[in-house]
Amino acid sequence: MNSIFTYFTEIFHAVKSLLTGMKVTGRYFFSPWEIVTQQYPENRKTLKMYDRFKGEVVMPHNGNNEHRCTGCGICETACPNGSIEVIQNKIEMPDGKKKRIIDKHIYHLSMCTFCGLCIKSCPSDALAWGQEFEHAVFDRAKLTKILNKPGSSILKDIAE
Amino acid sequence: MKEVINLPVKNIEEEEYHINMGPQHPSTHGVLRLVVSLQGEIVKSLKPHCGYIHRGIEKMCEKDTYPQIIHLTDRMDYLSAHINNHAVCLLVEKALEVDVPERVKYIRTIVDELNRIASHQLWWCSFGMDMGGLTCFFYGLRDREKILDIFEESFGSRLLHSYYTPGGLMMDIHPNFQKGVKDFIKYFRKKIKDYDDLLTGNIIMQLRTKGVGIISKEDAISYGVTGPSGRASGFACDVRKHHPYGVYDKADFKEILGTAGDTFERYMMRMYEMRESMKILEQLIDNIPAGDYAAKMKAVIKLPAGEYFQRVEAARGELGVYVVSDGNKTPYRMKFRSPNFSNLSALDHISRGVKIADLVAIGGSLDYVIPDIDR
Repeated sequence: MNSIFTYFTEIFHAVKSLLTGMKVTGRYFFSPWEIVTQQYPENRKTLKMYDRFKGEVVMPHNGNNEHRCTGCGICETACPNGSIEVIQNKIEMPDGKKKRIIDKHIYHLSMCTFCGLCIKSCPSDALAWGQEFEHAVFDRAKLTKILNKPGSSILKDIAE
Repeated sequence: MKEVINLPVKNIEEEEYHINMGPQHPSTHGVLRLVVSLQGEIVKSLKPHCGYIHRGIEKMCEKDTYPQIIHLTDRMDYLSAHINNHAVCLLVEKALEVDVPERVKYIRTIVDELNRIASHQLWWCSFGMDMGGLTCFFYGLRDREKILDIFEESFGSRLLHSYYTPGGLMMDIHPNFQKGVKDFIKYFRKKIKDYDDLLTGNIIMQLRTKGVGIISKEDAISYGVTGPSGRASGFACDVRKHHPYGVYDKADFKEILGTAGDTFERYMMRMYEMRESMKILEQLIDNIPAGDYAAKMKAVIKLPAGEYFQRVEAARGELGVYVVSDGNKTPYRMKFRSPNFSNLSALDHISRGVKIADLVAIGGSLDYVIPDIDR
């Protein structure tokens, strides 16, 4: 008699446990306002990333096409996987002194791990995080970027 | 009349045969190959083959400076990335005898616990999916998203943050950070009840996990099974409690120990741990002191020659970092004692004699992350 009783109570508890779980799923089924899914490609226009979002490394330029990079190469040594190459040019100043200025700041996005050491180590705050995150391209060469814009020059008060 | 030939008939049921579970198998959570020796569907023995995602992180550390190592330890156990980084940072600070500001200690502890909850949430959803409940997967990921949003707002990335740096933090926390954490705790206290209703009490899940895959306390110690898996067997191994770092000594939390050591106990340990982590967060989040977010460090960090060891409690167990320095800016040798590798070594012992379907449940309850095993 006792074993039959436990047999049926076990069945009762089993069914009850399944119904408790189904209560949870049923509640979400009847409350569609709790849906959290983002309709990603459709909401592209309104999608805003957080300010600190690490999308890619960029070099901000001001309205006169001036950046803050001196071409010292500290970011190149700080980078753990060689995704930054700084190429310098030697120019002769009017007073006869030779000076190194930046020619190309090459950034390999394909090798970047977004650790942020280049931005942190930069003494003149020339680099920053960009918010762009759709990096997929068909050609690998497109992932190698030159961060200083063509024809840009260094900001006066940084150069001095 | 036909001649009857009596061929020697092999009894298939008694013959042992080997099958490969993995390297591409949804329940191994990565590229882990288990060569399972089966008799019928009973597991006789099991041999894990590692190395499919070996990247040589220990070797790569030897060419990196100490701040650069941080971005590699992120990629070992990617689900507890902050905690891995904490170990390296603590080691460098211990070797250089740097006092980090109190604010850094508080933030690190809070972020570690958030990371632990996020890791256990992902474990819960993948464990539910291993047992055949796809609903768990969606609910778990939905709640984990709340933590990832907090991370993204404050540190800029969702999975691999590289947020700690020897001597402090890369940047200060976002002004919304404290509010976000408080909102999350309020939200998750409600949602964790759903977890219990959906999976913990479920009769199918209980019958499949209770009494399956038992590891005794002695075996857990001898195999070095740590973390929630070890505590399920009664092995008191919580580094946060026994060798406190950060501000864990100021927080009031329990080290919950199990007795049974079976799959269900390992499951329950993680459910308890999520609640304990929320308790730690509630105590610390309002008390973050003001101050600097990083101590003053030299531009080039050089560790004095010698050997150093530091351990922390990662989401899956005890993570140890061992460094031999020859006084240069890069380590001479770096070794990680990863929790998943030791936990995996006990899998053969645990799963002898179980059915092959239970092997999936045992693997899910040990919660191994393959990149941490292979490094």
